[in-house]
Amino acid sequence: MAKGIKIAIVGGGLAGLAAAMKIAEAGHDVDLFSVVPVKRSHSVCAQGGINGAVNTKGEGDSTWVHFDDTIYGGDFLANQPPAKAMCDMAPAIIYLFDRMGVPFSRASEGLLDFRRFGGTKHHRTAFAGASTGQQLLYALDEQVRRFEVAGRVKKYEGWEMMSLVLDDHQVCRGLVAMELRSLELKAFAADAVIIASGGPGLIYGKSTNSMVCTGSAVAACYQQGAKYANGEFIQVHPTSIPGEDKLRLMSESARGEGGRVWVPKGKGDNRSPSSIPETERWYFLEEKYPAYGNLVPRDIATREIFQVCLDGMGVNGENQVYLDLTHIPAETLDQKLGAILEIYEMFVGDDPRHVPMRIFPGMHYSMGGLWVDFDQRTNISGLLAAGECDYSIHGANRLGANSLVSCVYGGFIAAPAAIEWATNVQRNGANGSGIYDQETKRQQELNDKLIAQSGNENQYQLHEEMGRIMTDNVTVVRYNDRLKQTDDKLREFEERYDRISINDSNLWATMALPHARQLRNMIDLARVITLGALNRNESRGAHYKPDFPNRDDENWLKSTIAEYSGEGPVFSYEPVDISLIPPRKRDYSKSK
Amino acid sequence: MPNTVEIHIKRREKMGAPQRWEIFEIPYRPNLNVISCLMEIRKNPVTKSGQKTTPPSWDMNCLEQVCGICTMVINGRVRQSCSALVDNLDQPIKLEPMTKFPNVRDLMVDRSQMFDHLKRVHAWVELDGTYDLGPGPRMDQDDVMERYAYSRCMTCGCCLEACPQYDEDHYIGPQAIAQVRLFNMHPSGVMNRDERLEGIMGDDGITNCGNAQNCVKACPMNIPLTKAIYEENRETVLHGLLGWLKK
Repeated sequence: MAKGIKIAIVGGGLAGLAAAMKIAEAGHDVDLFSVVPVKRSHSVCAQGGINGAVNTKGEGDSTWVHFDDTIYGGDFLANQPPAKAMCDMAPAIIYLFDRMGVPFSRASEGLLDFRRFGGTKHHRTAFAGASTGQQLLYALDEQVRRFEVAGRVKKYEGWEMMSLVLDDHQVCRGLVAMELRSLELKAFAADAVIIASGGPGLIYGKSTNSMVCTGSAVAACYQQGAKYANGEFIQVHPTSIPGEDKLRLMSESARGEGGRVWVPKGKGDNRSPSSIPETERWYFLEEKYPAYGNLVPRDIATREIFQVCLDGMGVNGENQVYLDLTHIPAETLDQKLGAILEIYEMFVGDDPRHVPMRIFPGMHYSMGGLWVDFDQRTNISGLLAAGECDYSIHGANRLGANSLVSCVYGGFIAAPAAIEWATNVQRNGANGSGIYDQETKRQQELNDKLIAQSGNENQYQLHEEMGRIMTDNVTVVRYNDRLKQTDDKLREFEERYDRISINDSNLWATMALPHARQLRNMIDLARVITLGALNRNESRGAHYKPDFPNRDDENWLKSTIAEYSGEGPVFSYEPVDISLIPPRKRDYSKSK
Repeated sequence: MPNTVEIHIKRREKMGAPQRWEIFEIPYRPNLNVISCLMEIRKNPVTKSGQKTTPPSWDMNCLEQVCGICTMVINGRVRQSCSALVDNLDQPIKLEPMTKFPNVRDLMVDRSQMFDHLKRVHAWVELDGTYDLGPGPRMDQDDVMERYAYSRCMTCGCCLEACPQYDEDHYIGPQAIAQVRLFNMHPSGVMNRDERLEGIMGDDGITNCGNAQNCVKACPMNIPLTKAIYEENRETVLHGLLGWLKK
């Protein structure tokens, strides 16, 4: 190796740690930036499992069937070659985690056990109890710690990326990050930068996401010229537990293990669920989708639950339906779903082993994200992206348990691509510390301005308002007039933002300034999501417009690309690579 | 039901500054947890007596009691603030930062020493490489379940806060010992057992456990910490004995 290569990674969840491990293993150096200690990243919240077609159940599963399920589930919007590559790599990814010591559940011979998940007929999901994301994240955290001890990885935990450092040729040469206690801004040179910062759930105020999932780092890249693709595709998870501070996830694995969704047949039937006889329960998913039943993909389950509640059929007339596990022996439940049942019990107070859970759809995941090519490279040279923050793989709707595998896959592809770029790039003398100082200064000015501001707008109030309006208008059902009004509102928020006061005279370890910076970035991404949805006059996957109820391949089989301009996002479209599976109608009432 | 919630917060401006209590009052709503109270307070940081103050700082992330970050002492008991529901707490609700770790500001603490301990005990499986070498070892589901219990540790620090022996780094504590157990139980992990045992055999090692058994009661993930200490104590004794015999 001629020169030492240093790659900066932004985000220490599954994708970021996967990339860090590969780069360090290849003998290169990593600077790893994370808002929270990496072991506390949002990947811990993933519950149900990780997909990989290992076919241990004699069901004729294969990586091709996994690929077909993924493309069909994504309503044919995903570029097919990377989705296929991911499905092909998935069994090896699961085996690798198995070797790292993840306590995956086992079948009788001591081989890995697999369960069913939505949008497939196969047992394809490996799982570690019902806290698979936590277990996978810890495995990578452990391996990366090993490389940290070996001196290959340097962690910057408690640092938030504020912007990229770009040279005169618009090539990424590093980043500026802020230390969240002292608010010190510092530039870090890197031969390549990998963004692995996760999803933007906080744009919706309350979602199933963790509090670090603001999408802020991604928005910063977007503002500096990175393309953002398919922003309008937002997954609303069918089963979440509404809360005052967030919507807690109730994993799809509950249905994978036999959980049934129902409401009383009689409108206003207020009897306790156990005293409602079987014949007076409406299992609406099983009735409408006999082939897949409760395991239809998330976009479909969500719309059905939403509609049932809209029609006044929700439990006690409220926005809730039953997710029922009480017919399954408590011992089985404890072994396979223990962690999620504990979460429900802890936050709701009922024991789901004996009382059906009450659930409602909640914002969960962004299929859209930074545009990347098939090697996870963004349109900015030297900048790559992996994980939920990139748009590849999932198309218009992500299948359950495909997110963990896509994070690791993305990290595993981004790492060698970043090394390759760093090894081969020719620098034409555009070096020099000037660009670093300049970008640090620009960020300092933004901070100084916010600190000095003393307007009467409250940033947390503003965030709540944005969350409400986005949740009301840019989630399950979308109408053009409301999307237009939402964008008008977002532009109003842009103006109101200039009048916020950070309201904390103690700048040491303040939460106020970082939140204010994130909020500005969230508004930009909210506009990308909203206008992308306004433009797309069709229904596909998670994007549903009653005025345009059908998928329209003739006009809309294309990826949305948003580019930043001072006046708002500029949209263009690019064709989808459908070279492997010709698009066909998506219908889960019958088998594929 | 009262229509307000009274919350006392132990404040500290910055590391080394003195602590002081501040009292807040917010309107009651059903289903509030401690985090949503803090969010309400930071929106409009005015004390109960009408004094304008700075917003409190605290750590939070997943809000599902799985990331471990939002741990604090609530009404005298160390726990996660996300799962501390107002309806189940006596009022006034008293919030204090954990005492065994450097207090950064208000309710924020620095638990990096816990991650350093994981380095010391080599809490990982030594892989030959991350490339495809086929499946891992076959395992009995009962063994997997036992390992799973240890593997749920979210490094929150409740056990260390509750432990009378853990202070000023005189004792490595139950968290790291349980991770030694986790990896020593794994068919490949056990191959590096000795390094891990040596990590818990120094002056601040496992023998400092005073058997108070507070750790296992404080653990929010119900990890059998005392069992881990028992098992690893046995292993270290054997390891010491065998090492002596080999000499």
